[in-house]
Amino acid sequence: MNDNDLVSAVTKAVYRAAFRPNLNRRAFLKLSGVAGGGFVLASLLPMRHVAAEDLGSLVGSVELNTFIKVSSEGEITIYSSNPEMGQGIKTALPMIIAEEMGAKWEDVRVLQSPVDERFGRQGAGGSTTIPRSFDLMRQMGASAREMFIGAASTAMELPKDELKAHESAVSHASGRSLTFGQLAALAVKQPVPDPSTLVFKDREDYTIIGTSISGVDNLEIVTGLALFGIDTRVPDMLYGAYHKCPAIGGEVVSANIDEIKKLPGVKDAFLVEGNGNVRELLDGVAIVGSSTWAVFNAKKKLKVEWDESGASKDSWTGLVARAKALENKRGDELIDERGDVDAEFSNTENQTLTAFYEYPFVSHFCLEPMNCSAHYKAGTNGEKDTLELWMPTQFPAGAYRVTKPMFGLEQEQVTIHQMRLGGSFGRRVSTEYVCEAIEMSRRVGAPVKHTWTREDDIRHDFFRVGGFQSVKGALSASGKLVAFEDHFIGMTNNGKPVSGSRFRKTEFPMLNVNNVRATKTMFEIGTPCGPWRAPGANTTAFVIQSFIHELAHAAGRDHLEFLLEIMGEPRWFEQGNIRSLNTGRAVDVIKLVAEKAGWGRKMPQGHGLGLAFHFSHAAHIAEVAEVSVDANKKLTVHNVTVAVDIGPIINMSGATSQVEGAVIDGLSTMAAQKITMENGRIQQSNFHDYKILRMPSSPKVDIHFIQSDHAPTGIGEPALPPLAPAVGNAIFAATGHRVRRMPLSEEGYTI
Amino acid sequence: MARYQLKVNGKDEELDVDPEMPLLWALRDVLGLVGTKYGCGIAQCGACTVHINGTPTRSCLVRVSDISGQSVRTIEGLAEGTDLHPLQQAWIDLDVPQCGYCQAGQIMSAAALLEVKPRPTDADIDAAMVGNYCRCGTYNRIRKAIHSAATYDNAATPSSAVNLGEDVA
Repeated sequence: MNDNDLVSAVTKAVYRAAFRPNLNRRAFLKLSGVAGGGFVLASLLPMRHVAAEDLGSLVGSVELNTFIKVSSEGEITIYSSNPEMGQGIKTALPMIIAEEMGAKWEDVRVLQSPVDERFGRQGAGGSTTIPRSFDLMRQMGASAREMFIGAASTAMELPKDELKAHESAVSHASGRSLTFGQLAALAVKQPVPDPSTLVFKDREDYTIIGTSISGVDNLEIVTGLALFGIDTRVPDMLYGAYHKCPAIGGEVVSANIDEIKKLPGVKDAFLVEGNGNVRELLDGVAIVGSSTWAVFNAKKKLKVEWDESGASKDSWTGLVARAKALENKRGDELIDERGDVDAEFSNTENQTLTAFYEYPFVSHFCLEPMNCSAHYKAGTNGEKDTLELWMPTQFPAGAYRVTKPMFGLEQEQVTIHQMRLGGSFGRRVSTEYVCEAIEMSRRVGAPVKHTWTREDDIRHDFFRVGGFQSVKGALSASGKLVAFEDHFIGMTNNGKPVSGSRFRKTEFPMLNVNNVRATKTMFEIGTPCGPWRAPGANTTAFVIQSFIHELAHAAGRDHLEFLLEIMGEPRWFEQGNIRSLNTGRAVDVIKLVAEKAGWGRKMPQGHGLGLAFHFSHAAHIAEVAEVSVDANKKLTVHNVTVAVDIGPIINMSGATSQVEGAVIDGLSTMAAQKITMENGRIQQSNFHDYKILRMPSSPKVDIHFIQSDHAPTGIGEPALPPLAPAVGNAIFAATGHRVRRMPLSEEGYTI
Repeated sequence: MARYQLKVNGKDEELDVDPEMPLLWALRDVLGLVGTKYGCGIAQCGACTVHINGTPTRSCLVRVSDISGQSVRTIEGLAEGTDLHPLQQAWIDLDVPQCGYCQAGQIMSAAALLEVKPRPTDADIDAAMVGNYCRCGTYNRIRKAIHSAATYDNAATPSSAVNLGEDVA
């Protein structure tokens, strides 16, 4: 079956669904609260792996498989299907639908969709939601628009091609017009158009996409209404806390359970034997009580004996020592090699430069700590057990992967509510906090809201991996970069490179320079690591873009001109692949940022400008930082200028927020954040020993978008990586001191 | 357990809680006012900021038993009926929140600032807001929103009953 056949099968199924027996339809309308005539447009997804015969039942069986509902009063309800963690997707996706539909934004009400496979991939990560969903959202909107036009054509007895959908109405040049609300009952009877026949709006006709729309949850946020996972309240709910071994992976031997059970508000406490999987359920002590305070308070009074024989023994100082012994050496494992680097490095006419860079582990530090509410209900009278989960997570359906093997529950026994996330940055992709909540609810036979303390949240994070890179470059007599080499020193968990601990063959400037070699050495660690805003890019950009500046300086050349020369002629290394560097787009953003930041202007004593470019997550982004450093190494970042090409912008306000946030996050991280571990124990625990950036140190951020005609891509992550090298290069320009180690506090800087 | 009286958002509440229970958890778990957030438990992040007798205070370290009989205002009580506080309106107009988790605390700190400084300078804002952490980095929009709210016609009027001193904690 080819795609067209598939689409046609889906279309038929949707058509059938639209004409289901009245009883079901009334039941649905009652359930969904839509009064009178409304219509439901089932979502059509590129479900390539779903067999054709399944499509009918998938689409037709549950009528909530929809993105759009319109009431006869004209209220347009749009489901936003993916988790909202601050990246703005809950506003951006419905904007795309509303645009294509011809809706007036004021008529739109956005609801978080249920977790259901008919909404497609309901995840958030890798800045991929916009590129993955743009066309689907346009299809949803355009399909609804055609049904309204069809309905209006019937009602007005006018040909469809003379009608236009705009401002939640269909109108004719004669002035005749019917609103979406008036048309809703008739529109539902229109055939659902074959998606291949849909024509999308031209960019110049956009009235919603590209504008600034305030976040759809903002009213709830500023008035303090319940939205987040941690805000969950269900009748008869108890509160839970879970205590794990401070050395990751330690097993519980015994605890002062009897004493704990006597503490105020404690209902129960018990040892839990985990399955040894840090992403699922580690050994620990569970405490369940009548308030969060009761269980947090009791947790402080726990005395636990742990068996640490199998626990992590990691030592940050040990890792540093091992890495430093590898400085200026090649790694055992080749990543890629082209040309002849050795010839260039041994050529006495060339100037050779080496440098050793270091970056630490860091925490996600989401302000809303990990939490999950679970209600495990044992079935009575032969009924099956059921489980209801309220989860702040980047991948709601990820829970199914543990509920079956660990708790024996089939998918239909589990209901998942996706809650707003109080920050995530890659953190909430594991399911251990979910398993802990389920286990507690199952044991006490009541709904349990499980909350981590801040200390739990830091000590049991999946950290941004630390690492080291030993880099080498050769400059010709004329100051041209003729050879580049990188020895990447990264980390593995259970033999597998952790998230972000990877140096790609395509990493800049591997494709831009004729003689290149990259090798690696991996250290096995027990400290769990995971994705953290722009994995890999957030550290490698610091190394490469700082070193490029070092090379430019050694060559006695202007950094901007040197960087543009390396970028070379406009070319797209892998034509059509949005994940492949397009040097033309790179040059455009680099030139734009230089112009906007006033590159080359004379700076006062102690002030400097620093430039960096990095390509990641399909985004071409260049940044210039303007800093000053005083005699006591007090750093001030006055301004950061950013030029971005991610194609057309969906929500200008949201995109600007993401860039500004990424810049400030990048600065906060490079300034003083560092997680260390000794004897397997994470040494930081709260704000007093993990320093973050506060408002007075926040720089101005000046953002410029090049809205190229390339397909739109995501902006949650990629503005972060260029920040650290831009600031490091600016510090060098201001002081002559080269920063090769993060965080800056390690080099004596304060901010 | 013991009984304590509080006036919360203008309403008399009787709380039957452990004397050690911090106000934060009494608000969230006992009264169901979940707008006030837990972030650190050591008065360092500002997510739990409320007003106690008008003073911005980190509720995570103030025990209910220490403030019996006093008046507490939370984010849920900031609007006058359906009329949003100028800061709440400015937060929406300027699309300040990203994840939104810290914003109730940010707004409560800013509201206390506007009570004493109806036209704050950048330095005033820095001083008042330094204790409120934003993981998403919305600081610049927060600053702009405070300035913006300060220029609304119905901006908060100064009140001598309010001081912006150290946290009760």
